Amino acid sequence: MSLTRTVTDRAAAAVDVSRAARSSKVAGLVMAALAVLLAGLPFLVFADVTDTMVNLFVLVALASMWNLLAGFGGLVSVGQQAYIGIGAYSVIAFADLGVQPYLAIGLAAVTCAVFAVPTSWLAFRLRGDYFAVGTWVIAEVYRLLVVRVSSLGGASGKSLTGLSGLDQTLRGALTYWVALGLALASIAGCYLLLRGRLGLSLMAVRDEETAASSAGIDVRRAKLLVYLVSAVGCGAAGGVITVSSLSVNPDAIFSVQWSAYMIFIVVIGGIGFIEGPLLGALVFFALQQLLADYGSWYLIVLGAIGIAAALWLPRGLWGLVRDRTGMSLFPVGYFVRMRESDAGTR
Amino acid sequence: MDLLNALLQGLLIGGLYALFATGLSLMFGVMRIVNLAHGDLAVVASFLALALVSGTGLPLWVVLLVTVPLFALLGYLTQRVLLQKSLKSGPLATLLVTFGLSIVLQNVLLETFSADTRTLDGGSFTTGSFEITDSISIGYLSLTTFVLAAIVLTGIQLFLSRTGLGRMLRASSDDPETANLVGGDSRHIYGIATAIAFATVALAGLMFAMRSSFDPSIGPSRLIFAFEAVVIGGLGSLWGTLLGGMILGVTQAIGSEIDPALTLLAGHLIFLAVLAFRPQGLIAGRKS
Repeated sequence: MSLTRTVTDRAAAAVDVSRAARSSKVAGLVMAALAVLLAGLPFLVFADVTDTMVNLFVLVALASMWNLLAGFGGLVSVGQQAYIGIGAYSVIAFADLGVQPYLAIGLAAVTCAVFAVPTSWLAFRLRGDYFAVGTWVIAEVYRLLVVRVSSLGGASGKSLTGLSGLDQTLRGALTYWVALGLALASIAGCYLLLRGRLGLSLMAVRDEETAASSAGIDVRRAKLLVYLVSAVGCGAAGGVITVSSLSVNPDAIFSVQWSAYMIFIVVIGGIGFIEGPLLGALVFFALQQLLADYGSWYLIVLGAIGIAAALWLPRGLWGLVRDRTGMSLFPVGYFVRMRESDAGTR
Repeated sequence: MDLLNALLQGLLIGGLYALFATGLSLMFGVMRIVNLAHGDLAVVASFLALALVSGTGLPLWVVLLVTVPLFALLGYLTQRVLLQKSLKSGPLATLLVTFGLSIVLQNVLLETFSADTRTLDGGSFTTGSFEITDSISIGYLSLTTFVLAAIVLTGIQLFLSRTGLGRMLRASSDDPETANLVGGDSRHIYGIATAIAFATVALAGLMFAMRSSFDPSIGPSRLIFAFEAVVIGGLGSLWGTLLGGMILGVTQAIGSEIDPALTLLAGHLIFLAVLAFRPQGLIAGRKS
């Protein structure tokens, strides 16, 4: 006992353990300023810019949710479009019942949580790669079921009601703020969730499930929680997509393309880093704008970059930045530094 | 009688599903790779055959004899160049690489051949049939496909159980390190497994193309059929895959008998039911 104490005390005296990287506090201020600037954007620029930004925010939110699921929970899903679709259709359905569409986004998120509970029961029976394809089948089932409901417009989709009374400029700005709020909330949500006890459990489960479970972590509960949060986030994103496009089409909203976007954004940006989806979304967005005139070539380039990243850069661009600079905007691990040399490593 | 006919047609198409699923099952069994580009590869084979038929005017069976070996070679190269590398980078990497491949293939096809729906014209062979009773008739193509599937599956089974290379393949699947110790080169063996998988995918892709229309985006839904056949039958069992394919085919046929729009949904639902009540599949094979 006393020997252990001596050893740990000596070890603790030699190092500093802290959450924050040296850059974290400065970066926090910069990001807060950036958020304020982004919030004011509808007053500064034309509506076509903010409309484009809505897409970026949706991608950031979706990618953050996939990163939480796969990068921290170890649940590699190719079927999160199920919740994007359910969220989108929930907004349509609630709007038909007379709920204000912007408020319906919140209800859509709750609806997704309700659907996610029984879905997880089925999906969790599959592991690893088979979980991936299993979630995809489940998303297909949801699409095929939605198409059969004629009050939701069947195979041809449906328009959103309840926004026609709003002035177009105001509607654009509101949609922009909701999308910005969603993106910020998903990043903040991931950050807060992962800083806490759950974050530790999740990372332990991801790295070695059996060991984590023998250390007293309720693996199933941790995975379920992360799956529910991801479903809620994707559902809200689906809702934002609907209020932004004012209509929904079952084939487009339940398309596996959403999963492709999420996965490649996260892989290119850096899986397992909260900063990854942000950086990846920016790269994706730039690529999309750059190759806009060349049809679906941006997807070919994206797929090729995704393959290359998976093979040669498994920690993505942010992993590269972090290795070079030690920078961490959202530190969820701990930095351990030697007192004398002040050499920072995680 | 309609139900009996549906049952028979379902069983026959089940053979095609099984043939198609074999590659997926083999690649997972040997290398633990779930090839998400599986369906797209079949579509690539369909388009390749279409281009060859319209470009050179060769008869379809010659095109088939060219396409299948070509895909086997392609499979060997894909494994050695792309997938082998991803195997070292962890389980997520293989999934990402095959998913990336799927997206790339789909969009290259889209850019090359446009989004139009195509069919591979096999002449009178694909439309002809013989009648058993007044309400039951069997298409030549369906029957040929089924027989072909049975022959290929039996061939793979014999290859795995009787030949030295097949034994090595099974050994690598169980424990690659030990297989390497006793003289197997796992990279070469993995290449062979992928070559077989790609060849069966090409064959299945051509059969699909003669039966029904296809377009560049249909790959993922084909992949789902194969995946369902594998899971329903039980992971790691070749005959389980055949059974799974037949159950999927019959369920879809019965579903479409009730309402044509139910075809796909019925297949998915039987898959989910198996997942819920018998997650190890109907014929439990090796533990994965």
